[in-house]
Amino acid sequence: MAVDDRFPRVTGDAGEDEEPGTRNEIITGPVRDWATDFSHLEPEWSADPYQIQDDLRQRCPIARTERFGGAWLPTRYEDVAAVAYDTDRFSSRSIIMSNFRPPPELAPVGGSPPISSDPPFHHDARKLLLAAFTKKEVARQEPATRAYCHSLIDSLSGRDVIDAARDYAQHIPVRVIANMLGFPPQDGPQFREFVEDLLEGINLPPDERRERVSRLFDYLLAQVHAHLDEPRDDLTTYLINAELYGRKLDPDVVTGAMALLLIAGIDTTWSAIGATLWHLAKTPGDRERLVAEPGLLPTAIEEFLRAYAPVTMARLVKEDMHWHGVDMKADDWILLSFPAANRDPAQFDQASEVVIDREVNRHAAFGLGIHRCLGSHLARMELRVALEVWLERIPAFTLDDPGAVTWSAGQIRGPRTLPIRIG
Amino acid sequence: MEVKINPGLCQGHGRCYDLADRLFGADDEGYGQVLGDGIVPQESEHDANLAVLNCPEQAIELFEEESDGR
Repeated sequence: MAVDDRFPRVTGDAGEDEEPGTRNEIITGPVRDWATDFSHLEPEWSADPYQIQDDLRQRCPIARTERFGGAWLPTRYEDVAAVAYDTDRFSSRSIIMSNFRPPPELAPVGGSPPISSDPPFHHDARKLLLAAFTKKEVARQEPATRAYCHSLIDSLSGRDVIDAARDYAQHIPVRVIANMLGFPPQDGPQFREFVEDLLEGINLPPDERRERVSRLFDYLLAQVHAHLDEPRDDLTTYLINAELYGRKLDPDVVTGAMALLLIAGIDTTWSAIGATLWHLAKTPGDRERLVAEPGLLPTAIEEFLRAYAPVTMARLVKEDMHWHGVDMKADDWILLSFPAANRDPAQFDQASEVVIDREVNRHAAFGLGIHRCLGSHLARMELRVALEVWLERIPAFTLDDPGAVTWSAGQIRGPRTLPIRIG
Repeated sequence: MEVKINPGLCQGHGRCYDLADRLFGADDEGYGQVLGDGIVPQESEHDANLAVLNCPEQAIELFEEESDGR
């Protein structure tokens, strides 16, 4: 058994003391006015955030809420881009808006580097991972991804109605990232729970939320131990051995980065695949055109990413300031809505329409600036392969019951129930 | 016509090498690189424009070559 003092085998209660940071009162319930009381966790937002954002863009355009201890929501592309680029005034030390703010001392590393990191640490932590996620590198995952998509479609045979979110879309990124991290493929259903705990359990009582987060880290630590015992050619072994500034990574950086890779790749890509299938199921013209012109798919995928961008990030304001017309206070959240930016008519013609042959599409679905989604090439590969296989095997399909479609709550948006008639 | 990538702006989205793979490639970390001398052959001008217009970071610059008669 390999010994690595960074990762003790026996976990005691050490380090389980009260977390430093600030908590605020949890406020839930119907939104009174989206301009002054917005919440991305209420059902109206999940059902259709675009209408809300379009309205705010015209009349605010930076909305406010006292929920989450105080937060702002820019809705114009220009403002979203300005926040994303300004790492001096906006910290990434927590990128999921909740009722708990980690202390400023957590910067510049943050809890799940490099997405939670600020300069200068960010650059170095990100550099460790970039080479593993280039277009060329992720292409190595393509044959297995394609074979897996076919096996999922095979498993649907004989059924007239399937849930495209649960039976197809969700399994693809889970399998791919488990393979890259070297986690047992049969653990997939657990990953689903981890994702829900972290991204959707925002308004749970603090103790319950902490308990759920620690389940994830217990799992990751067990995986680290399994990889110490039996090193493999995968990202977990790579992170265990990786060095920064001449020494191996701190244990929290190893497990934090593993958490990021596991969580960030699942809900997001699942949502993008699901939203695209939802669109095609209810838009026969687009579906028929893509079946007839498969070469258009990469262009269409960029449009689906623009129109149904699944990811919204968050930032924390570093110091009190007057910014683009509003008075921000230190530790105010910014809900950084790339979906809202992507539908700004000042940036895109026909911004609220899906134009599958849109040639000029400078969308921000993968973010802007130094935090550009590390997995964007992987996500694009998965999305393309998932759609190629689906359209090849199931060229004709419709929404079975539009009223039964449900969407996730929180910062990652995509269909979670998606009944599609395939027979 | 000539293309250049501003390395201070490029974040490795890869739109340029997706859309114009005869003009752009990726380095080992996925950042965009101009292939060769960056001179755009006439048949690649459309692709060059697409790369410029689709770069989310606006990191690609396009220069008209001067007085070479084309």
